[in-house]
Amino acid sequence: MSRTSKRRLRTARPWFLLLPGAVALTFLIVPLIALLSQAPWGSFLQILSNPAALDALRLSLETSLMATLVALVFGVPLAWLLAREVLPGTRFWRALVLVPLLLPPVVAGVTLLAAFGRRGLVGQWLYNGLGVQLPFTTVGVIVAEAFVAMPFLIITLEGGFRGVDRRYEEAASTLGASAWTTFRRITLPMVWPAIVAGTVLCWARALGEFGATITFAGNFPGVTQTMPLAVYTALESDRGVAIALSIVLLAVSVTVLVALRGRYLRSGASA
Amino acid sequence: MTRARSGFLLVATLAGSLALAPAASAATAQPDTQLLAPSAVPTATITVSAAASLTNVFPAIADAFRNKYPQVTVKFNFGGSSALVTQLKAGAPVDVLATASEPTMWSAYNAGLTSIPLLIAKNTMAIAMPSGNPARITGLPDLAKPGILVGVCDTSVPCGVAARDLLKLNNVTVTPVTRELDVRSLLGKVVSGDLDAGIVYTTDVKAAGRSITSVAIPPNLNVTTTYPIAAVLTSPNSTAAWAFVRYVRFSLSAQGLLRAFGFTKPW
Repeated sequence: MSRTSKRRLRTARPWFLLLPGAVALTFLIVPLIALLSQAPWGSFLQILSNPAALDALRLSLETSLMATLVALVFGVPLAWLLAREVLPGTRFWRALVLVPLLLPPVVAGVTLLAAFGRRGLVGQWLYNGLGVQLPFTTVGVIVAEAFVAMPFLIITLEGGFRGVDRRYEEAASTLGASAWTTFRRITLPMVWPAIVAGTVLCWARALGEFGATITFAGNFPGVTQTMPLAVYTALESDRGVAIALSIVLLAVSVTVLVALRGRYLRSGASA
Repeated sequence: MTRARSGFLLVATLAGSLALAPAASAATAQPDTQLLAPSAVPTATITVSAAASLTNVFPAIADAFRNKYPQVTVKFNFGGSSALVTQLKAGAPVDVLATASEPTMWSAYNAGLTSIPLLIAKNTMAIAMPSGNPARITGLPDLAKPGILVGVCDTSVPCGVAARDLLKLNNVTVTPVTRELDVRSLLGKVVSGDLDAGIVYTTDVKAAGRSITSVAIPPNLNVTTTYPIAAVLTSPNSTAAWAFVRYVRFSLSAQGLLRAFGFTKPW
């Protein structure tokens, strides 16, 4: 049995995919190697012990996690609504939800200013009524990251909800389960792999967010200067510092991805 | 920027103009005599790398340049001064370099990449406020008041260095809410009304027109940044490159355009 499957594998090896695949792999890996080879390893610890760098890292982790939380709280319900076509004109809403994916992030920042800036469509009410101003605050960073990253969660999760065999839900409700119980006990566990994958994608996108953040929230150390902004600021003066900070950001995200992959993603893929 | 270097550059400017135009008198009173004769310039296309703050004025100068040298086509590559020098060092095919500060130009000159620079213009700083000036700002001291949202450029770019020097010169301590990485994005946040004030170039205030309000800073309390221009030594179109460099520095029309866009005389 194992021999036949092995032979079948060998004969089916698609050589015409091998070469372009190898090109893609090389293309993705070479810049990483270049980054590592240019890193100022000698002064690495000194750069990282700089409080400004630690501030940026802390801020990046806090804001990206908060943005992911916001995306989960509001994005999961929206993904379900879209998947079940509850709303009239679902196709239109679905297309709109994907707009932040298509916008250049800087333009996303400009639209956020138009909406939530001090003279913006909603922002003027926030400012005049409640005295709340989002630009130049850490909350503003979270808003920018959530705006750009939430579609990744929604698009992944919508596919998950669509893939659910609805007969299980119907069975649960004929047995007397409420809508909430059905959603919590039947639907959510079935889309768990999609939730994990979407959350990770969303978080990674929030962590790397640059354009919308700098445009909407500004750039000030400790308040709105996340790691990508710190990297870009350092690039103007000291390339070595910029590379060192990039490597740290990369190390953090890779570590989290690998940890999650071991724990959830693999089991998710087999579920 | 040290005073000594600034002085040296001025001397170098004079030396350069004398060396290349020994027939002309040292006086700049008859600037057009410093220009290359159109017949001496061959057909060419030149690429000019210029500082972002020259984005509006240089195309206008290029139009005027074309009237005198129709055989030369001018293309532009605008960007942050330090980025332009980095590109040049990496071998970008550029014929002319114009930066927004002397240190950036020196870095290219010292690397053996450019001819001796000529100073073409100066820029000063101004305070820009959203239209209507909601925070009622009348001068630099107002920027230190609590609750006023002030934006500046980061000190890694020339406009941030100028803003820092300006505040220091005026003994004003400001806690900005943002350190933008280029002056145009800073101006954008003033225009949108999200900042109460931003410290920008005088030329930016002029370019923004009525979308903002502004307060000028008295000349004795202002800081200036100087714009040098130089021909790139590796240029295959060196004559055309020199024609452009000298046109920007010496022609009445180019200097008139620089004035019209808010720049001041460098000499």
